[in-house]
Amino acid sequence: MTRKQLFFRGIRDSFAMAVGILPFGLIFGTLAGAAGLTLWQAVGMSLFVYAGSAQFIVISLFGAGASAVVILLTTFIVNLRHVLYSATLQPHASQLPQRWRVLLAFWLTDETFAVVQRFYLLHGDRPLAHWYWLGVASSLYVCWVLSSLVGVLFGQAVPDLASWGLEFAMLATFIGIVVPLLRNKPQVAAALAAGAVALMTYSWPYKLGLMAAAFSGIAVGVVLERRQLATRSGKELHS
Amino acid sequence: MSYWWLIFGMMAITFVLRYSLFAWPDLSFPPLVRQGLHYVPTAVLTAIVVPGMLLPDGEHWALNLSNAYLLAGLATIAIAALTRHLLATIGGGLLVFFLLRWMMGQLPV
Repeated sequence: MTRKQLFFRGIRDSFAMAVGILPFGLIFGTLAGAAGLTLWQAVGMSLFVYAGSAQFIVISLFGAGASAVVILLTTFIVNLRHVLYSATLQPHASQLPQRWRVLLAFWLTDETFAVVQRFYLLHGDRPLAHWYWLGVASSLYVCWVLSSLVGVLFGQAVPDLASWGLEFAMLATFIGIVVPLLRNKPQVAAALAAGAVALMTYSWPYKLGLMAAAFSGIAVGVVLERRQLATRSGKELHS
Repeated sequence: MSYWWLIFGMMAITFVLRYSLFAWPDLSFPPLVRQGLHYVPTAVLTAIVVPGMLLPDGEHWALNLSNAYLLAGLATIAIAALTRHLLATIGGGLLVFFLLRWMMGQLPV
Protein backbone atom coordinates (compact mmCIF):
# COMPACT_ATOMS: atom_id res chain seq x y z
CA MET A 1 0.00 0.00 0.00
CA THR A 2 1.10 3.57 -0.62
CA ARG A 3 1.66 6.19 2.07
CA LYS A 4 -1.65 7.82 1.25
CA GLN A 5 -3.59 4.55 1.35
CA LEU A 6 -2.08 3.66 4.74
CA PHE A 7 -2.76 7.15 6.09
CA PHE A 8 -6.43 7.01 5.10
CA ARG A 9 -6.78 3.46 6.35
CA GLY A 10 -5.53 4.75 9.70
CA ILE A 11 -8.20 7.43 9.70
CA ARG A 12 -10.88 4.85 8.81
CA ASP A 13 -9.77 2.45 11.55
CA SER A 14 -10.00 5.30 14.08
CA PHE A 15 -13.68 5.93 13.52
CA ALA A 16 -14.92 3.76 16.40
CA MET A 17 -12.47 5.41 18.82
CA ALA A 18 -13.63 8.83 17.61
CA VAL A 19 -17.20 7.88 18.61
CA GLY A 20 -15.93 7.32 22.15
CA ILE A 21 -13.65 10.38 22.24
CA LEU A 22 -16.33 12.81 21.08
CA PRO A 23 -18.59 12.67 24.17
CA PHE A 24 -15.55 12.64 26.45
CA GLY A 25 -14.18 15.78 24.80
CA LEU A 26 -17.59 17.41 25.16
CA ILE A 27 -17.75 16.72 28.88
CA PHE A 28 -14.16 17.90 29.35
CA GLY A 29 -14.91 21.19 27.58
CA THR A 30 -18.07 21.66 29.62
CA LEU A 31 -16.36 21.02 32.95
CA ALA A 32 -13.34 23.14 32.03
CA GLY A 33 -15.60 26.08 31.28
CA ALA A 34 -17.47 25.53 34.54
CA ALA A 35 -14.19 25.31 36.50
CA GLY A 36 -13.26 28.83 35.39
CA LEU A 37 -10.89 28.21 32.49
CA THR A 38 -11.24 30.56 29.56
CA LEU A 39 -12.11 29.18 26.14
CA TRP A 40 -8.44 29.39 25.10
CA GLN A 41 -7.16 27.76 28.27
CA ALA A 42 -9.60 24.86 27.94
CA VAL A 43 -8.87 24.32 24.25
CA GLY A 44 -5.16 25.00 24.87
CA MET A 45 -5.06 22.19 27.42
CA SER A 46 -6.50 19.76 24.86
CA LEU A 47 -4.19 21.14 22.18
CA PHE A 48 -0.95 21.05 24.20
CA VAL A 49 -1.40 18.37 26.89
CA TYR A 50 -3.69 15.99 24.97
CA ALA A 51 -4.33 13.49 27.76
CA GLY A 52 -8.06 12.98 28.33
CA SER A 53 -8.23 11.24 31.68
CA ALA A 54 -5.49 13.44 33.21
CA GLN A 55 -7.23 16.58 31.96
CA PHE A 56 -10.52 15.32 33.37
CA ILE A 57 -9.00 14.70 36.83
CA VAL A 58 -7.06 17.97 36.85
CA ILE A 59 -10.21 19.96 36.13
CA SER A 60 -11.78 18.56 39.29
CA LEU A 61 -8.56 19.44 41.17
CA PHE A 62 -8.80 23.02 39.88
CA GLY A 63 -12.33 23.12 41.23
CA ALA A 64 -11.12 21.86 44.62
CA GLY A 65 -8.38 24.51 44.70
CA ALA A 66 -5.48 22.05 44.67
CA SER A 67 -1.90 23.38 44.60
CA ALA A 68 0.27 23.38 41.48
CA VAL A 69 2.48 20.64 42.95
CA VAL A 70 -0.50 18.34 43.51
CA ILE A 71 -1.79 19.01 40.00
CA LEU A 72 1.55 18.28 38.32
CA LEU A 73 2.22 15.22 40.50
CA THR A 74 -1.23 13.83 39.66
CA THR A 75 -0.60 14.43 35.96
CA PHE A 76 2.66 12.53 36.31
CA ILE A 77 1.11 9.51 38.02
CA VAL A 78 -2.02 9.31 35.88
CA ASN A 79 0.11 9.48 32.72
CA LEU A 80 2.87 7.10 33.90
CA ARG A 81 1.10 4.37 31.94
CA HIS A 82 2.30 6.09 28.77
CA VAL A 83 5.86 5.00 29.58
CA LEU A 84 4.57 1.45 29.21
CA TYR A 85 2.92 2.32 25.88
CA SER A 86 6.13 4.01 24.78
CA ALA A 87 8.08 0.86 25.66
CA THR A 88 5.61 -1.38 23.81
CA LEU A 89 5.73 0.61 20.57
CA GLN A 90 9.44 1.48 20.83
CA PRO A 91 10.60 -1.37 18.53
CA HIS A 92 8.36 0.03 15.78
CA ALA A 93 9.33 3.65 16.37
CA SER A 94 13.06 3.03 16.69
CA GLN A 95 13.70 3.07 12.92
CA LEU A 96 11.96 6.42 12.39
CA PRO A 97 13.67 9.83 12.16
CA GLN A 98 13.55 11.89 15.32
CA ARG A 99 10.91 14.36 14.10
CA TRP A 100 8.55 11.43 13.54
CA ARG A 101 9.31 9.99 16.96
CA VAL A 102 8.64 13.35 18.63
CA LEU A 103 5.33 13.83 16.82
CA LEU A 104 4.09 10.28 17.35
CA ALA A 105 5.12 10.41 21.03
CA PHE A 106 3.17 13.65 21.53
CA TRP A 107 0.11 11.88 20.07
CA LEU A 108 0.50 8.61 22.03
CA THR A 109 -2.84 8.24 23.84
CA ASP A 110 -4.67 5.12 25.05
CA GLU A 111 -6.85 5.06 21.95
CA THR A 112 -4.05 5.66 19.45
CA PHE A 113 -1.95 3.05 21.21
CA ALA A 114 -4.76 0.48 21.02
CA VAL A 115 -5.41 0.96 17.30
CA VAL A 116 -1.72 1.10 16.29
CA GLN A 117 -0.66 -1.79 18.51
CA ARG A 118 -3.38 -3.95 16.95
CA PHE A 119 -2.16 -3.02 13.46
CA TYR A 120 1.40 -4.09 14.28
CA LEU A 121 0.14 -7.33 15.86
CA LEU A 122 -1.82 -8.21 12.72
CA HIS A 123 0.55 -6.94 10.03
CA GLY A 124 3.99 -6.88 11.62
CA ASP A 125 6.56 -4.19 10.97
CA ARG A 126 5.74 -3.50 7.32
CA PRO A 127 7.41 -0.53 5.58
CA LEU A 128 5.55 2.79 5.70
CA ALA A 129 3.44 1.56 8.64
CA HIS A 130 4.18 4.86 10.35
CA TRP A 131 1.87 6.53 7.82
CA TYR A 132 -0.95 4.39 9.18
CA TRP A 133 0.09 5.47 12.69
CA LEU A 134 0.08 9.10 11.57
CA GLY A 135 -3.46 8.75 10.17
CA VAL A 136 -4.75 7.27 13.44
CA ALA A 137 -2.94 9.75 15.68
CA SER A 138 -3.76 12.91 13.76
CA SER A 139 -7.45 12.15 13.28
CA LEU A 140 -8.01 11.28 16.95
CA TYR A 141 -6.13 14.47 17.96
CA VAL A 142 -8.35 16.62 15.76
CA CYS A 143 -11.39 14.87 17.17
CA TRP A 144 -10.30 15.53 20.78
CA VAL A 145 -9.45 19.20 20.25
CA LEU A 146 -12.63 19.97 18.29
CA SER A 147 -14.92 18.16 20.73
CA SER A 148 -13.30 20.05 23.64
CA LEU A 149 -13.96 23.31 21.81
CA VAL A 150 -17.59 22.38 21.18
CA GLY A 151 -17.88 21.36 24.84
CA VAL A 152 -16.73 24.78 26.06
CA LEU A 153 -19.08 26.56 23.64
CA PHE A 154 -22.15 24.39 24.27
CA GLY A 155 -21.46 23.73 27.94
CA GLN A 156 -23.05 27.07 28.80
CA ALA A 157 -25.87 26.73 26.27
CA VAL A 158 -27.13 23.24 27.24
CA PRO A 159 -28.31 23.23 30.85
CA ASP A 160 -26.72 20.60 33.12
CA LEU A 161 -24.63 19.06 30.34
CA ALA A 162 -22.09 18.30 33.07
CA SER A 163 -24.52 15.93 34.81
CA TRP A 164 -25.38 13.81 31.76
CA GLY A 165 -22.59 11.34 32.52
CA LEU A 166 -20.86 11.72 29.15
CA GLU A 167 -17.65 10.49 30.78
CA PHE A 168 -19.11 6.98 30.49
CA ALA A 169 -17.80 7.17 26.91
CA MET A 170 -14.27 6.64 28.25
CA LEU A 171 -15.34 3.50 30.13
CA ALA A 172 -17.10 2.13 27.04
CA THR A 173 -14.01 2.81 24.91
CA PHE A 174 -11.64 1.12 27.34
CA ILE A 175 -13.99 -1.89 27.70
CA GLY A 176 -14.03 -2.15 23.91
CA ILE A 177 -10.22 -2.24 23.90
CA VAL A 178 -9.72 -4.67 26.81
CA VAL A 179 -12.37 -7.38 26.32
CA PRO A 180 -10.98 -8.66 22.99
CA LEU A 181 -7.55 -8.93 24.65
CA LEU A 182 -8.86 -11.42 27.24
CA ARG A 183 -8.11 -14.47 25.12
CA ASN A 184 -6.22 -16.59 27.65
CA LYS A 185 -6.02 -17.24 31.38
CA PRO A 186 -3.05 -14.96 32.15
CA GLN A 187 -4.78 -12.00 30.44
CA VAL A 188 -8.04 -12.65 32.35
CA ALA A 189 -6.13 -13.01 35.62
CA ALA A 190 -4.22 -9.78 34.92
CA ALA A 191 -7.52 -7.95 34.43
CA LEU A 192 -9.06 -9.42 37.60
CA ALA A 193 -5.98 -8.56 39.69
CA ALA A 194 -5.75 -5.02 38.33
CA GLY A 195 -9.47 -4.42 38.91
CA ALA A 196 -9.35 -5.79 42.46
CA VAL A 197 -6.27 -3.78 43.47
CA ALA A 198 -7.76 -0.65 41.89
CA LEU A 199 -10.81 -1.08 44.15
CA MET A 200 -8.64 -1.62 47.23
CA THR A 201 -6.50 1.44 46.52
CA TYR A 202 -9.00 3.95 45.11
CA SER A 203 -8.63 6.19 48.17
CA TRP A 204 -4.84 6.51 47.83
CA PRO A 205 -3.77 10.09 47.14
CA TYR A 206 -2.77 11.44 43.70
CA LYS A 207 -4.22 8.39 41.91
CA LEU A 208 -1.25 6.31 43.10
CA GLY A 209 -3.62 3.33 43.29
CA LEU A 210 -3.80 3.32 39.48
CA MET A 211 -0.13 2.40 39.14
CA ALA A 212 -0.31 -0.09 42.03
CA ALA A 213 -3.20 -1.80 40.26
CA ALA A 214 -1.48 -1.74 36.86
CA PHE A 215 1.71 -3.32 38.18
CA SER A 216 -0.24 -5.95 40.16
CA GLY A 217 -2.09 -6.95 37.00
CA ILE A 218 1.11 -7.12 34.96
CA ALA A 219 2.87 -9.20 37.64
CA VAL A 220 -0.01 -11.69 37.89
CA GLY A 221 -0.12 -12.04 34.11
CA VAL A 222 3.61 -12.69 33.80
CA VAL A 223 3.71 -15.17 36.70
CA LEU A 224 0.79 -17.18 35.26
CA GLU A 225 2.25 -17.15 31.76
CA ARG A 226 5.59 -18.44 33.06
CA ARG A 227 3.88 -21.13 35.12
CA GLN A 228 1.86 -22.26 32.09
CA LEU A 229 5.02 -22.45 30.01
CA ALA A 230 6.79 -24.40 32.77
CA THR A 231 4.02 -27.00 33.15
CA ARG A 232 3.74 -27.33 29.38
CA SER A 233 7.44 -28.01 28.92
CA GLY A 234 7.35 -30.31 31.98
CA LYS A 235 4.61 -32.40 30.36
CA GLU A 236 6.58 -32.61 27.14
CA LEU A 237 9.59 -33.93 29.05
CA HIS A 238 7.54 -36.69 30.65
CA SER A 239 5.66 -37.81 27.55
CA MET B 1 -1.97 33.41 33.80
CA SER B 2 -1.16 30.68 36.35
CA TYR B 3 -3.47 28.27 34.52
CA TRP B 4 -1.21 28.62 31.48
CA TRP B 5 1.87 27.69 33.53
CA LEU B 6 0.06 24.60 34.79
CA ILE B 7 -0.98 23.69 31.25
CA PHE B 8 2.60 23.95 30.00
CA GLY B 9 3.83 21.99 33.03
CA MET B 10 1.31 19.24 32.28
CA MET B 11 2.37 19.30 28.63
CA ALA B 12 6.05 18.85 29.51
CA ILE B 13 5.37 16.00 31.95
CA THR B 14 3.04 14.17 29.58
CA PHE B 15 5.39 14.51 26.63
CA VAL B 16 8.46 13.33 28.55
CA LEU B 17 6.55 10.21 29.69
CA ARG B 18 5.35 9.42 26.17
CA TYR B 19 8.68 10.11 24.50
CA SER B 20 10.72 8.36 27.23
CA LEU B 21 11.43 5.08 25.46
CA PHE B 22 11.39 6.55 21.95
CA ALA B 23 14.45 8.57 22.97
CA TRP B 24 16.60 5.41 22.96
CA PRO B 25 15.99 3.66 19.64
CA ASP B 26 18.78 1.16 20.22
CA LEU B 27 17.49 -0.04 23.58
CA SER B 28 16.10 -3.58 23.69
CA PHE B 29 14.32 -5.05 26.66
CA PRO B 30 15.05 -8.26 28.58
CA PRO B 31 12.50 -11.07 27.99
CA LEU B 32 10.79 -10.56 31.36
CA VAL B 33 10.03 -6.92 30.54
CA ARG B 34 8.85 -7.79 27.03
CA GLN B 35 6.52 -10.40 28.52
CA GLY B 36 5.19 -7.86 31.01
CA LEU B 37 4.42 -5.37 28.26
CA HIS B 38 1.83 -7.80 26.83
CA TYR B 39 -0.29 -7.16 29.92
CA VAL B 40 -0.02 -3.36 29.94
CA PRO B 41 -3.25 -2.39 28.15
CA THR B 42 -5.28 -5.05 29.99
CA ALA B 43 -4.01 -4.06 33.44
CA VAL B 44 -3.99 -0.29 33.03
CA LEU B 45 -7.35 0.11 31.34
CA THR B 46 -9.09 -2.38 33.67
CA ALA B 47 -7.69 -0.41 36.62
CA ILE B 48 -9.44 2.68 35.23
CA VAL B 49 -12.70 0.96 34.19
CA VAL B 50 -13.54 -1.08 37.32
CA PRO B 51 -13.54 1.84 39.81
CA GLY B 52 -15.32 3.93 37.17
CA MET B 53 -18.19 1.45 37.23
CA LEU B 54 -18.36 0.77 40.97
CA LEU B 55 -17.48 4.25 42.30
CA PRO B 56 -18.71 6.59 39.55
CA ASP B 57 -17.93 9.74 41.56
CA GLY B 58 -14.51 8.41 42.56
CA GLU B 59 -15.32 8.44 46.27
CA HIS B 60 -18.44 6.47 47.12
CA TRP B 61 -19.34 2.85 46.43
CA ALA B 62 -22.48 2.55 44.32
CA LEU B 63 -23.38 -1.15 44.42
CA ASN B 64 -27.03 -0.74 43.52
CA LEU B 65 -29.45 -1.05 40.63
CA SER B 66 -29.74 2.71 40.14
CA ASN B 67 -26.06 2.90 39.18
CA ALA B 68 -26.21 3.25 35.40
CA TYR B 69 -22.39 3.18 35.15
CA LEU B 70 -22.36 -0.33 36.62
CA LEU B 71 -25.32 -1.72 34.67
CA ALA B 72 -24.33 -0.17 31.34
CA GLY B 73 -20.70 -1.15 31.96
CA LEU B 74 -21.74 -4.81 32.37
CA ALA B 75 -23.89 -4.53 29.23
CA THR B 76 -20.92 -3.03 27.35
CA ILE B 77 -18.70 -5.92 28.45
CA ALA B 78 -21.36 -8.36 27.19
CA ILE B 79 -21.62 -6.56 23.84
CA ALA B 80 -17.82 -6.57 23.50
CA ALA B 81 -17.58 -10.30 24.31
CA LEU B 82 -20.39 -11.25 21.92
CA THR B 83 -19.62 -8.99 18.95
CA ARG B 84 -15.84 -8.34 19.27
CA HIS B 85 -16.67 -5.19 17.34
CA LEU B 86 -15.32 -1.89 18.65
CA LEU B 87 -17.89 0.44 17.14
CA ALA B 88 -20.78 -1.79 18.25
CA THR B 89 -19.28 -1.88 21.75
CA ILE B 90 -18.76 1.87 22.14
CA GLY B 91 -21.96 2.92 20.35
CA GLY B 92 -24.09 0.20 21.94
CA GLY B 93 -22.63 0.84 25.39
CA LEU B 94 -23.37 4.57 25.20
CA LEU B 95 -26.89 3.85 23.95
CA VAL B 96 -27.61 1.47 26.85
CA PHE B 97 -26.12 3.96 29.32
CA PHE B 98 -28.27 6.90 28.21
CA LEU B 99 -31.40 4.75 27.86
CA LEU B 100 -30.93 3.51 31.44
CA ARG B 101 -30.32 7.00 32.81
CA TRP B 102 -33.32 8.32 30.93
CA MET B 103 -35.59 5.51 32.18
CA MET B 104 -34.39 6.04 35.75
CA GLY B 105 -35.01 9.77 35.47
CA GLN B 106 -31.33 10.63 35.90
CA LEU B 107 -31.08 12.81 32.80
CA PRO B 108 -31.97 16.49 33.15
CA VAL B 109 -34.34 16.39 30.15
